Amino acid sequence: MSGSGDGPAILAEGLVKRFGVFTAVDGVSFEVPPGRIFGLLGANGAGKSTAIRMLCGLLAPDGGRARVAGIDVARDPEGVKSRIGYMSQKFSLYGDLTPRENAEFFSSLYDAGGGGRGDPIARAFERTGLSGGAGRPEGVLTRDLSAGYRQRLALACAILHRPRVLFLDEPTAGVDPVARRRFWDLIYGFAEEGAAVLVTTHYLDEAEYCSEVTLMRDGRIVAAGKPGDLKRACFPGIVLEIECGSTGPALEALRREPWVEEAAVFGSRIHAALAPGFGSDRVSSLLAASGAGEAKIRETDPTLEDAFLKIVSSTGAASLGGAGSGPTGGGAR
Amino acid sequence: MNGRIRAIARKEFRHILRDPGSLGALLGLPLFLLLMFGYAVSLDVDEVPLEVRDLDRTPESRALAEAFFAGGRFVPADPGPGGGESALETGRAAAVLEIPPGFARALGRGEASPVRVAVDGSDGTRAQTVAGYIDGLCLRYGGDLRALEAERAGPADGGPPGAVLDIRPRVLFNQELRSVVFLVPGLVALILVITAVVSTALAVVREKENGSMEQILVSPVGALELILGKTLPYAAVGAVSAAVVLGAAALLFGVEVAGGVGALAWTTGLFLLASLALGVLISTMADTQQVAFLISTMLTLIPTFTLSGFVFPVRNMPAVIRWVTRLFPTTYYLEILKAIVIKGAPFRYYAGPAAALALYAAAAIAAASVRFSRERSRSR
Ligand SMILES: Nc1ncnc2c1ncn2[C@@H]1O[C@H](COP(=O)(O)OP(=O)(O)OP(=O)(O)O)[C@@H](O)[C@H]1O
Ligand SMILES: [Mg+2]
Repeated sequence: MSGSGDGPAILAEGLVKRFGVFTAVDGVSFEVPPGRIFGLLGANGAGKSTAIRMLCGLLAPDGGRARVAGIDVARDPEGVKSRIGYMSQKFSLYGDLTPRENAEFFSSLYDAGGGGRGDPIARAFERTGLSGGAGRPEGVLTRDLSAGYRQRLALACAILHRPRVLFLDEPTAGVDPVARRRFWDLIYGFAEEGAAVLVTTHYLDEAEYCSEVTLMRDGRIVAAGKPGDLKRACFPGIVLEIECGSTGPALEALRREPWVEEAAVFGSRIHAALAPGFGSDRVSSLLAASGAGEAKIRETDPTLEDAFLKIVSSTGAASLGGAGSGPTGGGAR
Repeated sequence: MNGRIRAIARKEFRHILRDPGSLGALLGLPLFLLLMFGYAVSLDVDEVPLEVRDLDRTPESRALAEAFFAGGRFVPADPGPGGGESALETGRAAAVLEIPPGFARALGRGEASPVRVAVDGSDGTRAQTVAGYIDGLCLRYGGDLRALEAERAGPADGGPPGAVLDIRPRVLFNQELRSVVFLVPGLVALILVITAVVSTALAVVREKENGSMEQILVSPVGALELILGKTLPYAAVGAVSAAVVLGAAALLFGVEVAGGVGALAWTTGLFLLASLALGVLISTMADTQQVAFLISTMLTLIPTFTLSGFVFPVRNMPAVIRWVTRLFPTTYYLEILKAIVIKGAPFRYYAGPAAALALYAAAAIAAASVRFSRERSRSR
């Protein structure tokens, strides 16, 4: 379809949305080129869904501009609608229809039946792994199917008209890890074919798969960049994983040291981020002195979760101090 | 019809067919009401104890009382303490006829002569029939008097024409007495209101509630396509249901549509248009089905029952309420229905309410489309 050309498939420029006196989205800008997976992250109420709604033309922005598939959303919302696929945060297919009836319904809304080659429903079902025949009787109502199956069905219904831009709002919420993995394989597939995918999620392990992530907080972007860059910007020194007899005193001792930038408990272990130039030997001697018992220390890769926890705790609300001036900020303005 | 409208309508039919509760309510309930009311009122009654309170004591008043007992339908009530309505309370009489003082004098002057009739309505079936007998008797007696009057006045000046007897049967204890004939138009209106207004509002709000509305709105579907696709199935269900009730009324109770079926069809179409638009309008005011149900019943169902003459005749209501009934399209539709179904009256008798209904439909459609498009492009 048109519009993908060279420009970004999704372009948000200073988007603002207010509900009464409350500003849900406050000057959000980013762009997503074709073929990329863009992760929009943030706590509940950060404004992710609101931003997506504006990009889809469901909600008129109070400020800023949105261009999707090369089309100005405010000027030609109908043109945008026929080029995007949207999977809303809430599962919103009809439980009292069968999967096929659901797909037929949405297919007719897009006129996807006529003109194109082949059966768009069969293609979408195949694409999302729903046509694998084994034991899926035709008559089963959608509400009686598993959550994982329903998510893939919702995706199938969103891609019936072969959109070049996909908005997936928490597509993997409430789905088991295997089904999540499968779902992400599908997302990869779309991106490889050149579609731009904007996805939101609360699972930060998933966010690692994105080409680029953006963290929103209270309607604003507080961090953005490739997952690897973000992590390096947050943790210029090394990150250690520490296993020791008594976690409590060890954590206290670590947090007292100025060269320990961050110390947090992950399960039974402690993750400690050190300032550049400091090594694990300093930590082992510190822990030995603090009486935390025998400590096993090894270097580890920081996770996006580490990075975001640090960002959220270190930034007030406004700007992203260190990370903003670092090699991040790549894709976002 | 274009493909999108058809797709939306087909989906809507599936929802209706897969929810036996709603289908049962839409088709079964009206039929049940018809059978219940219909069979309950088709019983005959004899030897009704009637107490006559003749306060006039003139030959004319005695003639009226005798006319009541002549046919054998009524027998004099046992004498006992307490006259008037207390005779009904003790059960001595099933009806009381009160002839006020000055009855004969008024008749002599050719003025309307009020006669009060009270009927014990605690047994609805019986009361219905008794009220019918009294009505008939008074009409006949009034007819005789009128003939007498004309003779006495002579052919020269003609005398004042019109009703000489002004009879006001008053039903106590149970006021929702209607015969099956009067019930049919009310039922038809009720069915259409439920399907066209309540079901439509609920069906649209249900989509908002479960989020599928958003999924529809990101597709290139137009507002009009969406509205038509959502409402036409309910119009069809309502029309079928109304036809079933009319058919059953004709088959079981011999209540035939006196007027033209064509006239019935187009006026019903007009009413459906107004109702569907009202349903869509309500759907734009509510975000949950509970709220939608509340608004739609407040705005349509309850007025249909209480205000538009379905249960209580409009002419017996206080002026303020009578004016309020003008706000609901059902009032106009009921007037039209009574004219067509019961009286078989020609168009000029229901042209007024039909015009009002057309106006109402146009306004409702305009309001609904404005609100719907605004909601579609703005918040949510
Ligand atoms: N239609 C609305 N009217 C009023 N406030 C709204 C509306 N929609 C969203 N909000 C508010 O805007 C804020 C952002 O909501 P949004 O749904 O965009 O957050 P989110 O980042 O998607 O959160 P979640 O992770 O919970 O989905 C929230 O505080 C929410 O209550
Ligand atoms: Mg959300």
